[in-house]
Amino acid sequence: MDLVQKTKDIRKSVLEMIAHLGVGHVGGSLSIVDVLTVLYYKHMRISPQNPKMVGRDRLIISKGHSGPALYAVLADLGYFPKEWLLTLNQSNTKLPSHCDMNLTPGVDMTTGSLGQGFSAAVGVALGSRIKNDKATIYTIIGDGESQEGQIWEAAMFAGNQHLNRLIAFTDLNDAQIDGPTNEINPIYPIDKKWKAFGWNVIVVQDGNDVFQIDEAIIQAKRSRKRPTMILLKTIKGKGVSWIESMGYANHNFNLSKEQLETALKELV
Amino acid sequence: MRVVFAKELDRIMATDPRIVLLDADLSKANGRAELHKKYPNRSFNVGVAEANMIGVASGLSSYGFIPFTSTFTPFSTRRVCDQITISAAYAKQNVKIIGTDPGLSAEFNGGTHMSVEDIGVLRSIPDLVIFEPVDNTQLVKSLPQIIDYYGTIYIRLFRKITPDVFTEDYVFDLFKADVLHVGKDVTLIASGMMVKPTLEAKDQLEKEGYSVEVINVHTIKPIDQQTIIDSVKKTNAVVTIENHNVIGGLYSAVSEVLAAHYPVPAENIGIQDRFGQVGKLKFLIPEYQMTVEDIVHKAKKVISRKH
Repeated sequence: MDLVQKTKDIRKSVLEMIAHLGVGHVGGSLSIVDVLTVLYYKHMRISPQNPKMVGRDRLIISKGHSGPALYAVLADLGYFPKEWLLTLNQSNTKLPSHCDMNLTPGVDMTTGSLGQGFSAAVGVALGSRIKNDKATIYTIIGDGESQEGQIWEAAMFAGNQHLNRLIAFTDLNDAQIDGPTNEINPIYPIDKKWKAFGWNVIVVQDGNDVFQIDEAIIQAKRSRKRPTMILLKTIKGKGVSWIESMGYANHNFNLSKEQLETALKELV
Repeated sequence: MRVVFAKELDRIMATDPRIVLLDADLSKANGRAELHKKYPNRSFNVGVAEANMIGVASGLSSYGFIPFTSTFTPFSTRRVCDQITISAAYAKQNVKIIGTDPGLSAEFNGGTHMSVEDIGVLRSIPDLVIFEPVDNTQLVKSLPQIIDYYGTIYIRLFRKITPDVFTEDYVFDLFKADVLHVGKDVTLIASGMMVKPTLEAKDQLEKEGYSVEVINVHTIKPIDQQTIIDSVKKTNAVVTIENHNVIGGLYSAVSEVLAAHYPVPAENIGIQDRFGQVGKLKFLIPEYQMTVEDIVHKAKKVISRKH
């Protein structure tokens, strides 16, 4: 499969659903499209026809506001009809702003209050180990989210439990709502922090490059004792030049139909 | 109660592989350390990290397990309010959260550990069940129903030795309050460790010629409205007796039922919007005006307010 082309299709779908409503979490959704594409189209053992398949691999997006990126992937894989995408955040939708496991087929955890999904992912990995079903549990956190104390409670526990089938990603886009993460409350040196908590750490220099991401996941699966944190150096709003240039201001903004048209030209 | 609880969990864990234990550095205080040794693959000590404990429990629940978390009452509730709300209740998980040493029973751990607000904090979270057993018999009978009920339950557990209230023939229903004594002049509605002194107050009042109804509310949410309404229609007067702030706890829950369905005069015994402090119950109970005599006094007061 042409993963690069797939990332363009997914980005297009993300922008279309947000533009249909007129507002949404654009930046953080676009920055994780590449990792989602590599996971769902190459690595994860899943069954779109049987979303709750026992022993499946799971993904928990702890930065739950990036739901639109996941919805675009799940619809493309056939978890639910693509028409649902245009109901994003509308009354009675099954696709709310933040991920909800009880509303959306294929969503593995309800997230949105930052820090909590990561603990839940550790619990899921622990559950998988108790059942010895050899599932791989993936989770994505944000760099702003890494300011939450609960992230580090969970990091310490997962490291000490040697949950080697837990593979986490940090969407290191250096942007949070109020400004650049490096100005608000810097989290660096982030690689040393994760190492100190007992994790296998892999830095991906271009976290929007599907080949570099793929290589990092292959490497992470070889870890026999430690959970892995893959630090993805990403660009918030990746894929559309004028959205990228907005910087942290692209976290959540009004997206018009006209703006959508100019954006889609870059995604062919 | 911790000894009986641990014994029952042992019995259940032996045959139910879904049960998982999570403790936050109080497994010894809560009587669960031996269970950790016996079931090492299903028992985890997360250390002093309660938020992560509730999150991990929610993840385990999503994997089909039934996690029982445990720590002291304040750290099981107010400290992890957001985790209980979102990861457990909102996500429709099946987590059993045990808080020990409720209210004044924290004794020498004092004000920092004395949860006067745990029920109030949790009661406004949708779907959450709040349960406070009275004695060992009720606790043992409750566990199968707690496990069978799919959903997040907060179990407010008196940790030390409790006097017996129920006998072996007692039939337990998680969602039904118990009418412990039938009467017609006043309804005393009590919970947890206050049930025993309430029964003593009933004896004293009956000696003085009053006819007293006593109800135990073990499940404060969802509260058994019908039993309360049926009783007050007879007695037309209520006193609630609880080991919790009178704001947000049993008095509030009962008052909500009365206001909506059958308004009658109501008085309360409980912590009067004060923080806790160090001391044995022998000191604290009179200090917070929660003695048998205080209950008798409030019962007479509410009876005098009728009509």
